[in-house]
Amino acid sequence: MTISIPSITLSNIGPLLTLTVAGLLLLLMDALTPKGKKGYFPYLSLIALVIAAVQTTMLWNRSGTDFARMIYVDNFAFFFYLIFLLATGLTILISIKYLEDYHRNLEEYYTLLIFATIGMMLMAAGGHLILIFLGLEILSIAIYILAGLFREDVKSNEAALKYLILGAFSSAFLLFGMAMLYGATGSLFLDDLAQAIKAGVGTNPLLLFGMGLLIVGFGFKVSSVPFHMWTPDVYEGAPTSVTAFMSVGTKAAAFAALVRIFFLVFPEIKMEWNMLLWGLAVATMTLGNVVAIAQTNIKRMLAYSSIAHAGYLLVALVAANQLGAISFLYYLVAYTLMNLGAFAIVILVARKKDDYINIYDYCGLGFQYPALAAAMSVFMFALAGIPPTAGFVGKFYVFSAAVEAGYIWLAIIGVMNSLISVFYYLRITVLMYMRPAEADLGPVTMTPAISSAVLVTAAGVLAIGVFPGPLYELALNSVKIFVGL
Amino acid sequence: MNLPILSILIFFPMLGVVLITMLSRENQWVIKWTTLVVAVLEFIFSLPIWFRFNSDTAAMQFVERLNWFPSYGISYHIGIDGISLLLVLLTTFLTPICVMACWKDIQDKVKEFMICLLFLETGMIGVFCALDLFLFYIFWEVMLIPMYLLIGVWGAPARRIYAAVKFFLFTMFGSLLMLVAILVLYFYHHKVTGVYTFDLLKIYGLQIPFQMQFWMFLAFALAFAIKVPMFPFHTWLPDAHTEAPTVGSVMLAAVLLKMGTYGFIRFNMPLFPEAAWYFVPLFSVLAIIGIIYGALVCMMQLDLKRLIAFSSVSHLGFVMLGLFTYNMAGVQGGIIQMINHGLSTGALFLIVGIIYERRHTRLIAEFGGLSTPMPIYAAIFMVVALSSIGLPGLNGFVGEFLILLGAFKVNKIYAILAASGVIFAACYMLWMFQRVMFGVVTNEKNRNLPDLSMREIAYLAPLILFIVWIGVYPNTFLDKTKASTANFVAQMERAKAPKVALVDVIKGDIR
Repeated sequence: MTISIPSITLSNIGPLLTLTVAGLLLLLMDALTPKGKKGYFPYLSLIALVIAAVQTTMLWNRSGTDFARMIYVDNFAFFFYLIFLLATGLTILISIKYLEDYHRNLEEYYTLLIFATIGMMLMAAGGHLILIFLGLEILSIAIYILAGLFREDVKSNEAALKYLILGAFSSAFLLFGMAMLYGATGSLFLDDLAQAIKAGVGTNPLLLFGMGLLIVGFGFKVSSVPFHMWTPDVYEGAPTSVTAFMSVGTKAAAFAALVRIFFLVFPEIKMEWNMLLWGLAVATMTLGNVVAIAQTNIKRMLAYSSIAHAGYLLVALVAANQLGAISFLYYLVAYTLMNLGAFAIVILVARKKDDYINIYDYCGLGFQYPALAAAMSVFMFALAGIPPTAGFVGKFYVFSAAVEAGYIWLAIIGVMNSLISVFYYLRITVLMYMRPAEADLGPVTMTPAISSAVLVTAAGVLAIGVFPGPLYELALNSVKIFVGL
Repeated sequence: MNLPILSILIFFPMLGVVLITMLSRENQWVIKWTTLVVAVLEFIFSLPIWFRFNSDTAAMQFVERLNWFPSYGISYHIGIDGISLLLVLLTTFLTPICVMACWKDIQDKVKEFMICLLFLETGMIGVFCALDLFLFYIFWEVMLIPMYLLIGVWGAPARRIYAAVKFFLFTMFGSLLMLVAILVLYFYHHKVTGVYTFDLLKIYGLQIPFQMQFWMFLAFALAFAIKVPMFPFHTWLPDAHTEAPTVGSVMLAAVLLKMGTYGFIRFNMPLFPEAAWYFVPLFSVLAIIGIIYGALVCMMQLDLKRLIAFSSVSHLGFVMLGLFTYNMAGVQGGIIQMINHGLSTGALFLIVGIIYERRHTRLIAEFGGLSTPMPIYAAIFMVVALSSIGLPGLNGFVGEFLILLGAFKVNKIYAILAASGVIFAACYMLWMFQRVMFGVVTNEKNRNLPDLSMREIAYLAPLILFIVWIGVYPNTFLDKTKASTANFVAQMERAKAPKVALVDVIKGDIR
């Protein structure tokens, strides 16, 4: 028996290595640094993220696989790396002040964020179902802990426990699905699965069953209806900065894996899953938007809004064409910016103890804090999909993809859902500008970190909304790997 | 000299916005003057498009074309023809008047108000100039935001939020379906020609099967019919008009509603000509219902602003009737009537705004005999009211006469029914005028109302000038639109509707 050692190019996983080293280093330094001198931790993590981002851009245009086909080295993965790094970076910026107010500015927080990022990257790059699963678990375990960060707070505990139990449940579905796929094809490599399906195991019930279970498993993570039950409670209970991270990071990562699997492995049997996802997309959009109208807690409102956005992203998945894939990437960038921006404002207004998280606390904000309210309006209009913001262009792409694929009714249902969403996003601007202040909000302190996060997201939302071209080209470049579309 | 004059017109107000954001909130006087200077300069900048406009051609003029997003076929393509020329000028003409009109009215949050007003101007001019469907859609939606804020923040306290949200949702509803239709059109163009483009002029050349035209026409028409507003989509209008601040009502009536009628003539009819012929009966009947219903409802109104709002429904019915005749007289009448309605109704809202400023009520019953304390006001009000009714010699007559002439050629019944709207208009307008202005002063509060100030005369005078000008010598304006209208009519003549039953269209078996 000969054991061949596969040739490995370490630079292919450079960003992952950097983050791993940084995460471990932070843990080590935590033990060695005396209390009260740990203020530089977030900045250290930011530096690690920037280095990883630079490494990613240097890898751009590499293609192929590495680590014995376990890892895809392609622009699709790199594009997602950049989304994750952006999301994590912004999360760190909005966390610092918030955690300090709670006396919970713990070093582990940053380590866990970094590990979660590594997990997300593995999900985007994984070429083997087990690797994708490992990525998901690395991500999820970090988030279970983060959700329960405020351990004296009942709601935070509830959030963590709920997420843990339901997350474990969904992981089991995912694993079972993978086992089915293995049973049907004899391999867990995405390439092999694709080959096997091309060769004609398409109608094998095992395969279809496995695919269905994958949809269930990932459906939990992207909070698509009917697997969304955990979302509002967990989003409400978790620390706001963690909610922000979950709403964009976890969703993006799960979608990255879902898109890669469906567009790479299953395009041949598109007919089998299209109608299923069509139904999921419609249900997800509609439920998210309709229930969001009734919410008065802004975190819950954003939770339902995030469900609705998962629905729009599913529309792109249903379209299953190149434009759909592009719109997917574009939408995720836009969503990352606008949702994190909105949560940054929520953190700024809520301040300590989440005192002001009712939407009526936003009354009169428009003329008390014009800059803050203007930024919030930008995010709300963007989430509602009103030009000239990134949110509009994202929806424009998504619905274009649906129309191009012939799903005109889906596009019509989608735009009608946007109309519903306008109502509750608009309500925030109504409260900010058209109602007098109900209670004294007191001073809102802007630290440089969170201000820069708000600035970056607001400017980003407008910039890629007005000039969508460059990002489109970048996304186009990233989805070329899906030859089956 | 080849300045990108339309781009300057579109973005100059934005420059004003930037300037105003940098001014201190405390200094209201400076903010107001800055806005006025910006608005007047904008009007001066817009004059060259009138003088340098070539009225012999129907082609787009002052065209600018930049690649904005080439791989998606989106370009920054703007230009105007005779139809949009008048509307652009109406916008630039009314904005400074509005700034002057809100001088005393708006004391609170002046900075934000002026920002909204200028932002709105950018959006409106953009809509009238855009020749790319994507660009058009962007401007169409963007201008919702400032108008929504104008109604919601500075409107009458009681129901402003309701009115603002209703306005926003109604318009959004229509335009989102239009967006889907635009996308369908875009992919159909690619399917036929192999080119991805949103360029309106290129899409004009497309041959679209009737079945598709049918649905696309409806999708576009819904967006525009809500904006016009045509009966039965008009319910947002009375609320929005009544609750908006004076200047908001003026802008809404004078310019925003025209975006709907403009949309019909620029997009709906030329893009889907066969369907446009097919829908003539439906839309003409809706227009006539609008004319008569609007007028009847006017008679019952207790609130001056609400009365004028419903009169808009009636007047816009005339415009729609004219456009759907597809003959020279009717369409030209429709176009000139858009301008007339902008001037007369704009002026009416300003006039009501003036007494609202003095009395803080708009109820007709509160007034009576105002001509005694306010003679100049009474005179101006009389002229404007008569122009709105359509008295010969004033602008309203020209438009309505041409429209009725055009309608008469198409269907005598339409013309006869629509003509009754003119009579009703005389009823409600003169009756209102009588109750408000004539007789003895019954309410003590009205006895010592001051007459118009110099500022108020200054901004009403230009409106009166044009009301009389169009009434006496409309050719100045009709000449500019002649070539474009002729081209439009010829275009419509080339495509007649096929004879198909509705059932077949819905079932989809037409060959």
